[in-house]
Amino acid sequence: MAFKRKNLAIKETTGENAIANLEVAGLSQRQIVLKRFIHHRGAMISLFTLLFLILFVFSALDNSFLFIHYRGWWHYSINDTPDLLNCKNGAIGCPTLSLNPFSGKFGLGAHPFGQDNIGHDYFALVMRGAQRSLLVTFIIGIVAGTIGTVVGSVAGFYRGIVDNVLMRFVDFLITIPSIIIGSVVGYHFGNLGIAFLALYLGLFTWTGLSRLVRGEFLTLREREFVDAARVAGASNRRIIFKHILPNAVGVIIVSVTLLMSGAILLETALSYLGFGVVAPDVSLGLLISNYQDAFTTRPWLFWYPGLFIVTIALTINFIGDGLRDAFDPRQRRRITKKDRAEATRIKKERESLS
Amino acid sequence: MIAYISRRLGALLVILFGSSFLLYNLESLSGDPTESLRLSLDPKAKYQLVQLINQLDLNTPAPLRYFKWLRGILGGFTGHLNFGMTRDMHTVTSQLAGAIPTTIRLVTTSALVALVLGLMLGIATALRQYSRFDYAVTFFSFLMFSLPIFWVAVLLKEFLAIKFNNFLAHPNISVTWIIILSVISALFWSGIIARESKRFLQIFGGVFALNVAFLELLNAIHWIENPRLGPVVILLGSVGIAYGVTALSTGIENRAALKASLTMAAITTVLYYPIDWIFKKHSSGFVIFILAVLTIGTSVLVGLALAKIDRRPVIRTTIISSLLMGFLILLDRLMQTWKLYLSQDGVYGRPIPTIGQSDPLLSSTDYWVNTMDRVTHIILPTVALTLISFAGYVRFSRGTMLEVLNQDYIRTARAKGLNERTVIMRHAFRNTLIPISTIVVVDLAGIIGGAIITERVFGWHGMGTLFNQAITSFDLNLLMGVFAVTATLSVLANLVADLLYTALDPRIRVGGGK
Repeated sequence: MAFKRKNLAIKETTGENAIANLEVAGLSQRQIVLKRFIHHRGAMISLFTLLFLILFVFSALDNSFLFIHYRGWWHYSINDTPDLLNCKNGAIGCPTLSLNPFSGKFGLGAHPFGQDNIGHDYFALVMRGAQRSLLVTFIIGIVAGTIGTVVGSVAGFYRGIVDNVLMRFVDFLITIPSIIIGSVVGYHFGNLGIAFLALYLGLFTWTGLSRLVRGEFLTLREREFVDAARVAGASNRRIIFKHILPNAVGVIIVSVTLLMSGAILLETALSYLGFGVVAPDVSLGLLISNYQDAFTTRPWLFWYPGLFIVTIALTINFIGDGLRDAFDPRQRRRITKKDRAEATRIKKERESLS
Repeated sequence: MIAYISRRLGALLVILFGSSFLLYNLESLSGDPTESLRLSLDPKAKYQLVQLINQLDLNTPAPLRYFKWLRGILGGFTGHLNFGMTRDMHTVTSQLAGAIPTTIRLVTTSALVALVLGLMLGIATALRQYSRFDYAVTFFSFLMFSLPIFWVAVLLKEFLAIKFNNFLAHPNISVTWIIILSVISALFWSGIIARESKRFLQIFGGVFALNVAFLELLNAIHWIENPRLGPVVILLGSVGIAYGVTALSTGIENRAALKASLTMAAITTVLYYPIDWIFKKHSSGFVIFILAVLTIGTSVLVGLALAKIDRRPVIRTTIISSLLMGFLILLDRLMQTWKLYLSQDGVYGRPIPTIGQSDPLLSSTDYWVNTMDRVTHIILPTVALTLISFAGYVRFSRGTMLEVLNQDYIRTARAKGLNERTVIMRHAFRNTLIPISTIVVVDLAGIIGGAIITERVFGWHGMGTLFNQAITSFDLNLLMGVFAVTATLSVLANLVADLLYTALDPRIRVGGGK
């Protein structure tokens, strides 16, 4: 067991933090964060749900990714128009998905999510839309995350005139609401394809992150370990990347996840308004926008894309929350009976050793 | 301080100048308003094209045109504010003047409801950290956080408007719904109150039984068809308000405050019929305002008469509780209009509309019918906006409250022997409000320009609609008009938030601190 290793490192086991201290004693920063994250049930469930969803969605349809073409496991593509199936109460194109094991037709059926007006398989459309939304989310996350981190670090580290120029530029961008920028960008560049749209959106959504990173850098650069590194002759680049950035990574990761969950809603909102993804391509927001009037007659055209948006955004939000808890040293986890028992056991073991 | 504010205001002007310049050029670079005319084969198109180019002044390069636009704005200082013309030849100023009140009406209610609900839930979850209730609220708020508003809006239209209107045609709550509603409410209350499993079951059972009885009673007296509170409920409600407000504000042991509030409850009940008569005869916003002033005056007098020492908290408590009681009477009056409203032209017994700001067919001049009409039209957008935005407040106020509860001054307050109410309400709650008040200011400014989707889904004509129109028809002047309003509000709100922070928290100094 790991108790012995922990045991040696315990310095103080009294006071109100005793149990919490016992829990993290002898672990490195990264191990503590990882341990806390794994213990966050909501975040772990969300992480696996999201990973499963990504695999599921991207393997469903034929796709080409970085010059690799692969075939999907789903037998319709978004361009197929099979005949519209009739269903029992006069409606057409109903979903054939049945989750009731006793109904006799348990399983996916021909069109699990139904068909749209002209017979397109809706499952294929939703899969393509979800692919688009995930793509947008990750591109915005990467682009905005990189720009925000770099701008924030440079401004916070060099301070003075560099900081002033960069932060005034951020001020300009922040006054323009993101949906206005998104609409202007989306309306005129939406037809260039989803990747471009996401790229452009990423170019404008990094401002909040850069402010946070700057603040973190401003406090971290005054700390002793930075002085020590500088005295030891480290270059500015080395100090930024090897000393300060690893300490700021918690703030960055957390706000990038929040940025990503905001990004998926921004994309769907823009597509809904008609400023995002345009017609031959599909996105979840566009599907909802197209079929919102069909809700009373054919609700499935509305439900499924919405469920996918909510699931993706919800899992990303929960992962972000788990990360925040894991990186925040002040956050104390709930102390359960199990923790108490473990703490007393460690204490007894230590007493018997001494 | 004055030096600081003027320096900040100077910086604001520079920022506004920079960002408007940026947006103006971005928008004019990003597309061509003449495109459809240039591609048109219509013989008249050439003429129209020249006309359009003249109208939009397209021969001037965009950066220069920006300064022409700016001159119009700066004219505001000499009394000749000129936002330019929209493409269909209205002045932007008149468009904005029509849109701003609509947007404000749309967003204030939801902002208030979201704030109050969010604060209450956030603080309740902080006080019950790691309980089942905490987990449930956390999950719910994350769920709300992840919902696209247009999706929520369609669901609300279906279930809260269409289905609910169907229900109102034959308003009898079915047994299934009675059970569902009672279980939800019982889970909620037992989640908040109970700490152990045994108490949980007791409270759950109690609340469930009360709820079932209550809903059955509503069914039995056909309350939904003809809703009203009546003097008895007003009396009970007022006494409840008196006890509740006193308990939270000064503590129930403050006899003077309790007596004063109870006196106001008695006065409210006695005056119920006279006030109702006044409302029937003369009703307008002004009458309501006068009555509210009278209420405050009376409660000050009652407070003065009953409290000999430490008068301020007593008077405060009395004013809050008497205003809430007055609200009960207003609510009762509005409820009594329900039946009349249902029978109006254009309503046709389906009171919750899915779209629009008011009913164009409504011909009644009755103040209460018109108020009712506004209320029913604002319900759906308010619910949608509230659901989306209150999640943020829940998370934020929970986090802040937890942080505050860990502070030394809370431990000191407990060590002094103060009771839990005083510690929570006076020491923890007030300090929680400081950071929250600053984000509220910024949020309010942001929400004015941010209800674009809500306005579109529910067919309101506010700032969002203008913005939409500006983007799709390349209306640069209109876009800049909308932007000027939202951007100015947002930078001003940031300044106000900073000043508020220093005013509320004396530890923080701005402007280098002298």
